[in-house]
Amino acid sequence: MFNFARRFDPAVATAFVCLFVLLLVGSLYSSNFLSLEYLVQQLKVASFLGVAASGMMLTILLGQIDLSLPWTLTVGAMMSCAMASFGLGGEIFAVPFGVLCGVAIGVANGFGVAYLRIPAMIVTLATNSVAQGCMVLYSGGYSPRDFASPAVRYLATGFAIPGLPNAVICWAVIGAATIFLLKRTTFGRAIYGIGNRERVAYLSGVNTRRVVLAVFAVSGGTAAFAGVLLAGYASKAAQSMGDAYLLPAIAAVVLGGTSILGGRGSYLGTVAGVMLITLLQSILSVMQIPEYGRQIVYGVVIIGMLLLYGRGPRTRA
Amino acid sequence: MAASAPLFAMEGVSKRYGGVRALEKVDLAVAPSRVHAILGENGAGKSTLIKIMAGVIAPSEGCMTFEGREVSFSSPAAANAAGVACIFQELSLIPDLSVADNIAISNPPQRFGLIDRRRQRAIAEEALSRAGADDIHPSALVKDLPLSRRQMVEIAKALARRPRILILDEATSALTAADVAKVFAVLKRLRAEGLALLYISHRMHEIAELADDCSVFRNGKKVATYEAGSKSDNEVVEMMIGREYSHVFPPKPSLQAKQETPLLEARGLSWAGRLRDISFSVRAGEIVGLGGLDGQGQRELLLALFGVLRGCAGSVLIDGKPVAITSPAVAKQPRIGMALLPEDRKTEGLMLPMSVGDNLTFASFHRISRVGVIDRGAERRLIEEMIGLLAIRGAESDVAVSALSGGNQQKVSIAKWLMNRPRIVLLNDATRGIDVGTKQEIYALLRKLAAQGTAILFYSTDYDELIGCCDRVLVMYEGAIKRELAGEAITEKALIASALNIETEEAGFAPVASA
Amino acid sequence: MKDWRYWLAEQRGTATAFAIFAVMFVVYNVNHPAGFSANVIQTMSNKAVLLAFLAMGQALVIITSGIDLSVGMVFMLTNCLASAVVVGSPVQVAFGIVATLAAGAACGALNGAIVIFGRLQPIVATIATGAVYYGLALAIRPTPGGGVDETVADALTGRMFGVVPTSLVVLAAVVLVVWVPFRRSATGRAAYATGSSEAAAYMSGVPIRRAKFVAYTTAGLLAGIGGLFLTFFTYTGEAAYASGSAYTLFSIASVVLGGVSLVGGRGSAVGAIFGALAFRTIGDLLFVFDLDPLWQPLFQGVVLLMAVSLGAFGTLRVRNRLDWFA
Repeated sequence: MFNFARRFDPAVATAFVCLFVLLLVGSLYSSNFLSLEYLVQQLKVASFLGVAASGMMLTILLGQIDLSLPWTLTVGAMMSCAMASFGLGGEIFAVPFGVLCGVAIGVANGFGVAYLRIPAMIVTLATNSVAQGCMVLYSGGYSPRDFASPAVRYLATGFAIPGLPNAVICWAVIGAATIFLLKRTTFGRAIYGIGNRERVAYLSGVNTRRVVLAVFAVSGGTAAFAGVLLAGYASKAAQSMGDAYLLPAIAAVVLGGTSILGGRGSYLGTVAGVMLITLLQSILSVMQIPEYGRQIVYGVVIIGMLLLYGRGPRTRA
Repeated sequence: MAASAPLFAMEGVSKRYGGVRALEKVDLAVAPSRVHAILGENGAGKSTLIKIMAGVIAPSEGCMTFEGREVSFSSPAAANAAGVACIFQELSLIPDLSVADNIAISNPPQRFGLIDRRRQRAIAEEALSRAGADDIHPSALVKDLPLSRRQMVEIAKALARRPRILILDEATSALTAADVAKVFAVLKRLRAEGLALLYISHRMHEIAELADDCSVFRNGKKVATYEAGSKSDNEVVEMMIGREYSHVFPPKPSLQAKQETPLLEARGLSWAGRLRDISFSVRAGEIVGLGGLDGQGQRELLLALFGVLRGCAGSVLIDGKPVAITSPAVAKQPRIGMALLPEDRKTEGLMLPMSVGDNLTFASFHRISRVGVIDRGAERRLIEEMIGLLAIRGAESDVAVSALSGGNQQKVSIAKWLMNRPRIVLLNDATRGIDVGTKQEIYALLRKLAAQGTAILFYSTDYDELIGCCDRVLVMYEGAIKRELAGEAITEKALIASALNIETEEAGFAPVASA
Repeated sequence: MKDWRYWLAEQRGTATAFAIFAVMFVVYNVNHPAGFSANVIQTMSNKAVLLAFLAMGQALVIITSGIDLSVGMVFMLTNCLASAVVVGSPVQVAFGIVATLAAGAACGALNGAIVIFGRLQPIVATIATGAVYYGLALAIRPTPGGGVDETVADALTGRMFGVVPTSLVVLAAVVLVVWVPFRRSATGRAAYATGSSEAAAYMSGVPIRRAKFVAYTTAGLLAGIGGLFLTFFTYTGEAAYASGSAYTLFSIASVVLGGVSLVGGRGSAVGAIFGALAFRTIGDLLFVFDLDPLWQPLFQGVVLLMAVSLGAFGTLRVRNRLDWFA
């Protein structure tokens, strides 16, 4: 246990401190802020972002990025609803099918980045466009009309454990799996190594290309799963439902202390970052600050926090 | 000695990095219209010396004077302004810009706020012809030029600034013989015009042709300054290497006479013109050294064996059977069992921000895990074993590796591979830049590994090591193995002579032994 | 004699983009139901020029090996601002235009300052500043509205001599006044040097900070010009988030199509402009071929994917695998 103290990451600590400061500020405005119901509600809203941010964190740890999140998320939502509309047989496969579509997109991303050595930013941008194109075609330009299956709705809004929304359980499961992956498997070690210095990882005999491909596949899968959950939450998918998740997901990961250059970061920090973003957005809306104020505060807070612990090294100028 | 007053002088200049003394109380005088050659082995302090002169680093103590006035340079630009131009080994050219752009990059000619292309082109052409590189087109992009052309552009760039002092750090190492002749003609002309030249090179014949004065450095100190031609090659070589043998090498076993299948064998290995038809073999328990000047293909040979290079012709045999090594992942598999210990641990051997433990286990995942899941107990045991085996000091498993001293970092880099229990160990100048104590421990370790049956291929730029550790030494020159020295024949003079491709009195080295 | 050969090799990316655009353009006009008419060209030009300005700015930043994910939002902000101030008397209109452009430049300067002095990674810094700029846009125009001096607007979106779209002329003028001097100045070259090898640039005494600052500020200015033009076309200001973020991503796509390297040091803003024009025309092609417009996003995405994959074939010829890694 004394190892824990050694591994104390100042960035994660700062993130949590900011989180508590935020709660305090909110509680000054309204005592509801510290109520259990409110916090649980926030956790539920945060779960969707949390699931998406998990995959994004893995790609950022590698030193890459996944800009195909918006439409992979939408694909997951729309495809699971589409499968559900196929009747009883379809309902069973709704979730796996949606996630699998996301994984397919992720594999395409991974192949472009790892084997064709195209910068991740541009590959994922391109696949994002293609995914959008496919979905526009599929939905015929209208809003998606398929409904989410009851199972998916339960997954997103039900309460298997009284008082704890299922969505939070989903996030917790994915979170636990991610933590396990990063800390207890050689695959996770390889991810940190590649993010640190891919050259050294390669010379150490790690099959770096396969690892990168797999990480992008996972990132696609989690993005799609977030979409499935969101579809369950709203009972149906919606066009452009994923757009609002890309920048918050990246911001959450970076605010949680993960370096955008890769090789450094802990999932605990990402959790803090996700909660931070969710709470920030919630506080701003409760304070009835108009949308424009919210955007500005949002941006300023992110820059402020990054200036605290995200700065690059000073070169001998 | 020349009667002219020194243009530039250093007095008592020292440079320390932590506990390492790169330069110790150096006095040096550079006179105009003279070429001053700097000689010394790798690690003697030559690079540090010129970096101080060129403003890249600052001295820890001592003072420098230019034309009698004290100066100190805060940046390369300041040194340039004072009239000191330096041509480094790592070129300072911008790859995506043209030759003309690069030559005029610090001070482009301008007209109405825009770069005057025509004048820039004229400046570039003039500089290129002054450097004897008329064949280089000023509009060519630097990244499209081969290394020898790029070096000529670097020389032209330095000359374009009309310096008073020109420093060349191994600037001819990548040049063809024809280029060297042209460059020398230029340098001689400039010398006549009053330029002071500082010239670092390993090539004795170049120094003989060009230099007026010579200074020999050893271990960060200046040993002697003398007029060129006043000392024989032998004397010079002795000055360069004549240090007390502080290295203690473990005893070598008597040469085995048994003929067994070599553990590692290469036949006709060639690659991209940098490796030419290389054939050799290493038996189990043998330590074979790779010698020769820097950049003669030794690194490429190790990379080729390790599976990093694509398109190698020839074959590699392990235990007498041909194998195809397509990547380091394949090379480290138990049936081949290779390990490559890199020279530059910072960019090729370690992940500095990660912990000692994580670095140690990075090449041996299969030994600390089952089905990909890490077995914490096994991991801890192995880490402790390695830390103990190599006596890595300052290392708790959780400490970041960047906090360790250079020597201990190198031990981590080595331990990482030993954890994999390799049968063949390739060392890519892995003892460079670490303290003597750690080196001794590594030599003992290598001999122990050899005794256990490991085959070791040891590339080193330190002649003492090659003499002290190796059973045989293969000296490489321009991508091929030029000489093989074995047993008693491995002497400093034979090594240096072979590397410099000159014949000394100790002739009679064996011709290249066929594999 | 060999000079033009070098120049040609350097312009290869731009030339490819131009070729793609030219092909698309011809195909489009040949097949357009209304035929090859000045009206058609004018509409095309007006739409494409917006993206062209943004792509130009993005190219400048990417050349220094940075990125600006806030260009779309600066675009929105200046659009909304223009819809509020470019009205009234001619003097007021003139001031309004100046104020809008200055606002764009100020946004760019802020980006530059944060990246250079804050030492933050451009990708996250510009995501955050983008949010701020969008918020400001929303503050000015919570709902779509406002107006613009219609004489000026019509003049700049109409045609000169009855044939040439004015917007194209303005684009050409901006290229001449902004890009060409930049490219040929010491600062412009410093920008290329910084993107190509910041370490070598430092050793050579190149003004790295100045280059980056000018690049980001100019990108903001160009986004401001784009926003101004948007106001001229639509006569209103609207803070549409989806539109802004789409434009940001399209600007990156245009830059890549235009042969500018994402790692910096190579390429030309002119190429990025052709990339933008080509990108826009591709979308319009579907309309011309009477294909279901539903196919447009997919078509655009596939073309982008193919274009970036082409560049990957260089990696297949690598001889030392360590070259894969930086």
